[in-house]
Amino acid sequence: MKHLLSINDLSESEAIAILDTAAELARVSDAPMKKLPTLRGRTIVNLFAEDSTRTRISFEAAAKRLSADVINFSAKGSSVSKGESLKDTAQTLQAMGADAVIIRHQASGAAHRLATSKWMSGTVINAGDGTHEHPSQALLDAYTLRKHLMQGAKNLQGLHVAIVGDILHSRVARSNVLLLSKLGATVSVVAPPTLLPVGIESWDAHVSYDFDELIPNTDAIMMLRVQSERMNELYFPNAREYSRYFGLNSDRVKRMKKDSIIMHPGPMNRGLEITADVADSARSVIVEQVSNGVSVRMAILYTLLTGEGIESGALA
Amino acid sequence: MSKNYFITGAKLSDGSVKDIFISDGKIAGFKNPTDSKAVLVDATGKIILPGLVDLHTHLREPGKEDSETVLSASRAGAKGGFTALSAMPNTSPVADTAGVVEQVLRLGIEAGLCDVYPIGAVTKNLDGNELSEIGAMADSAAQVRIFSDDGHCVSNPQVMRRALEYVKKFNGVIAQHAQDPDLTIDAQMNEGIVSSVLGLKGWPAVAEEAIIARDVLLADHVQSRLHICHVTTAGGVEIIRWAKARGINVTAEVTPHHLLLTDDMATSYDPVFKVNPPLRTEKDVHALREALAEGVIDIVATDHAPHPAENKECEWQLAAFGMLGLETALSIITLTMVETGLLDWNGVAERISRTPARIGGYTGQGTDFLVGQMANLTVIDPRASWRVDRDLVASRSRNTPFHGMELPGVITETFYRGVPTLLQAQLLTEKNS
Repeated sequence: MKHLLSINDLSESEAIAILDTAAELARVSDAPMKKLPTLRGRTIVNLFAEDSTRTRISFEAAAKRLSADVINFSAKGSSVSKGESLKDTAQTLQAMGADAVIIRHQASGAAHRLATSKWMSGTVINAGDGTHEHPSQALLDAYTLRKHLMQGAKNLQGLHVAIVGDILHSRVARSNVLLLSKLGATVSVVAPPTLLPVGIESWDAHVSYDFDELIPNTDAIMMLRVQSERMNELYFPNAREYSRYFGLNSDRVKRMKKDSIIMHPGPMNRGLEITADVADSARSVIVEQVSNGVSVRMAILYTLLTGEGIESGALA
Repeated sequence: MSKNYFITGAKLSDGSVKDIFISDGKIAGFKNPTDSKAVLVDATGKIILPGLVDLHTHLREPGKEDSETVLSASRAGAKGGFTALSAMPNTSPVADTAGVVEQVLRLGIEAGLCDVYPIGAVTKNLDGNELSEIGAMADSAAQVRIFSDDGHCVSNPQVMRRALEYVKKFNGVIAQHAQDPDLTIDAQMNEGIVSSVLGLKGWPAVAEEAIIARDVLLADHVQSRLHICHVTTAGGVEIIRWAKARGINVTAEVTPHHLLLTDDMATSYDPVFKVNPPLRTEKDVHALREALAEGVIDIVATDHAPHPAENKECEWQLAAFGMLGLETALSIITLTMVETGLLDWNGVAERISRTPARIGGYTGQGTDFLVGQMANLTVIDPRASWRVDRDLVASRSRNTPFHGMELPGVITETFYRGVPTLLQAQLLTEKNS
């Protein structure tokens, strides 16, 4: 495995190996000296053509904890925003000796283009491409689910996870449906019909328009951000109506299963898809998702750049 | 004084074997007269067709000469067996005046490798609101009969109605690019299973079908002539079938790429497969093939759309729509229609020569092999195959979606007005494109 462009690049055992490696690397994050020498001398570029503070700093922290040299190449103030082509940018990064490029881009397939076009030879990691995929987010979500709900099991067999919100435009949803189902979970996607893609019948997921019906049967509810620009594109009448049918509030939380958890990839629109009290409640693992993100991204970099994972217990 | 040619042993599209003597630009007989000094062309075992006629070509000149010129497109056409091309008006400036269509006509004559028939814009600057100088273009030296805003849909129904009515004056035809703009804002590929997985904005079939349905009704109402460009959906085929059964004066075309490729190609995110209208599904491909065999779809037209490398070597969303088509069209038809048994060679001649010539009113094109007819013809060796190589195309651009494919049918000769433009599969054009 050279690149991570889509969850489809991973077999079930490869995905589990990344989660196991992440669990080992989490020990590094918990130690006073948060660093391993593994990627010393390697250059990793964060190529962020689209704003994303949290994913960028998560990858940056992960790379630095593995002792890699990190270069941040963000859209603002870089040649990407001056209209330089992706090809020229890739060739420039290649000439500078980048071993890996972590790319966030507004165009679906941009990471794929970078990896398959022969413009550069390094490893490409997709940190979110348009409305296509966000595989590292799905891996950190699977990690979080496994840690909370699986009592030591390796996969997610038997779990029921509901993904709620703007499925149509969500790369988080696409990667999670692929990964969670690959790991044995049952996945339901919940949204108004306007925010589900035509063709969703091919996905390995149950489709529902009725959030309330699903709530008592789910082990985890993953809320998706609703982009403000959707309001003007006739996907739903207004924010209030959206919240009424698809927002997670304390009344709905009361009907959740015992021990079930609430997730959100962030950034949240408090008051729209999730109320503030729910976001901050005991069931919410939203902040923990962020810290798990660093361990999982360390595991992704470790696996792709060294060609191997870390056995469970090896760093104990 | 031009040379004489004697083509021997080729099978005509009706299955008969005939030798053809060409003299003075015309078919002069079926025997080689003594002392003719004719150049002999051995076409034994090959098929001879009336020269191919394309009703839908983007020659890019004037204004976009970095991607193609009238001359380079004419060379690509000659290589693909074409003796007539139809220049779509979305050039810069747009072909919406007599001046521009006459310029394109003149460039075609100067290139001298095939007839280049300009198509006029329906609306000024393709803006969809105001009729262009349709009458002046019809009366010009170019004698334009086909009008199209191709690349854009004439989406305003009142504008479409007026255009259909207006061209009745000179038996013109409106060639509609059927695409509801409101249903296809930022659309990138066919809306369906593949787009749902790839996260590329969907282009629903209904955006095409709704316009086809509206326009056949308009053509019926004003009793005018409508041509539907590049039909891509099974649903569109059904509407055209219904319209024809009702006696509505509608013709339709399909492109070679829509007869072969599907939206699965987008999985590569390689924009060489990005095209307007988009590649559809396997089911649509089969419906299009059946419709072409049946005659519900009348013709194949290439929608040859060259683009410079930088407009394809980028992210899918930033890339230009369109693919090359002239040099591969007949091979794709051979693969999808002849080898499948859906069309015989007479059917091929009908769909890509005689009928397009009739729709366009192109005299001297798509004619039978009779003494005195203009010698526009194409010789294809159906037993041979070739590998498409984007670095070896005659076009100025390289955006062929068929790169690397092994295709049946090698075109060995093209004669335009009695002069070979392609001989033994080699272009005979002195001029550089």
